[in-house]
Amino acid sequence: MSLLEFKNVCKEFDHKPILKNVSFKVESGRIVGLLGKNGTGKTTIIKLINDLLTPTSGEVLINGNKPGIESKKIVAYLPERSYLDRSKKVSQILEYFCDFYENFDITKARKLLKDLGLEENARIAKMSKGMIEKLQLILVMSREADLYVLDEPLGGVDPATRDYILDTILSNFKVGASVIISTHLIADIERILDDVIFVDQGEIVLVDSTDDLREKTNQSIDEVFRGMFRC
Amino acid sequence: MKYEFDNERPIYSQMADLITKEIVSGKLKPGQKIPSVREYALLMKANPNTVCKALDLLENAKLIYTERTNGKFVTNDLELINSKKKEILSTQIDSFMDDINKMGISKEEILKMLMEKLK
Repeated sequence: MSLLEFKNVCKEFDHKPILKNVSFKVESGRIVGLLGKNGTGKTTIIKLINDLLTPTSGEVLINGNKPGIESKKIVAYLPERSYLDRSKKVSQILEYFCDFYENFDITKARKLLKDLGLEENARIAKMSKGMIEKLQLILVMSREADLYVLDEPLGGVDPATRDYILDTILSNFKVGASVIISTHLIADIERILDDVIFVDQGEIVLVDSTDDLREKTNQSIDEVFRGMFRC
Repeated sequence: MKYEFDNERPIYSQMADLITKEIVSGKLKPGQKIPSVREYALLMKANPNTVCKALDLLENAKLIYTERTNGKFVTNDLELINSKKKEILSTQIDSFMDDINKMGISKEEILKMLMEKLK
């Protein structure tokens, strides 16, 4: 049984097909890139994993079960947008996560925040956009999850912060867990990926291991991507 | 040491090459324990699965060996390390000669330049 499986998933909004017959599997212990241009269905796929949307037809299975309370215990999700209450302090958010998730490791979160030089009595409203993104990533990576789902973790941050984010992902995901990262910034991220899933216009157009793809094409994943989706 | 990889070739084979170079240069000594998968992953800022693949490659080439429960170690086979060194040198020279031949530089010129560089 796969950690995550999409079986012929279709999703329509107002009778407009957004995902068309999407099928793929993610096994344990893999870092998977969900790659595609803007508006091709990456976030829809991610929202389906997290039970924020339900398929029009087909099935999404996490450890063999449909998304729900049980799957939310083992899936750590970093949404594209910040959902943190701006009036709260970092310390209050930590408490909130502790209450919410059994597998939240507050000691780890505190250590990562300290490394970053982020004060626990800082108020969210007073923090920069980049700082809030780092805080959210720390919150997500401090959960001992089986599957981490990160929606555009590199969007809108500078290259140094990108490195910080990649390092934080690499050094903090639980051994044997899987990570799904959606992004269009492929060059920055491809060195840490085991597998890639290319999405275009609501369809899966390529699933392969990064090493095999490099060997077959003698190109970087970024170049393969640009070649396939040239406008 | 900073580990850098380009994205055109499989990372694991670049990684195996780098570690091989550390072995033949003596930076990693015969019989020395090498970092664990997790340690290498952090050191090289790479995916642990990629590190595993690279270490498998080295283990198949007998350049490292596993002591169960104890970790991985550099081979004690000096002959093997030496022959690996020659192999690397020979590939480097081949690619060097390829470039030089394209430019039509004579053997005498190359030799003279090399001797000067080696001084």
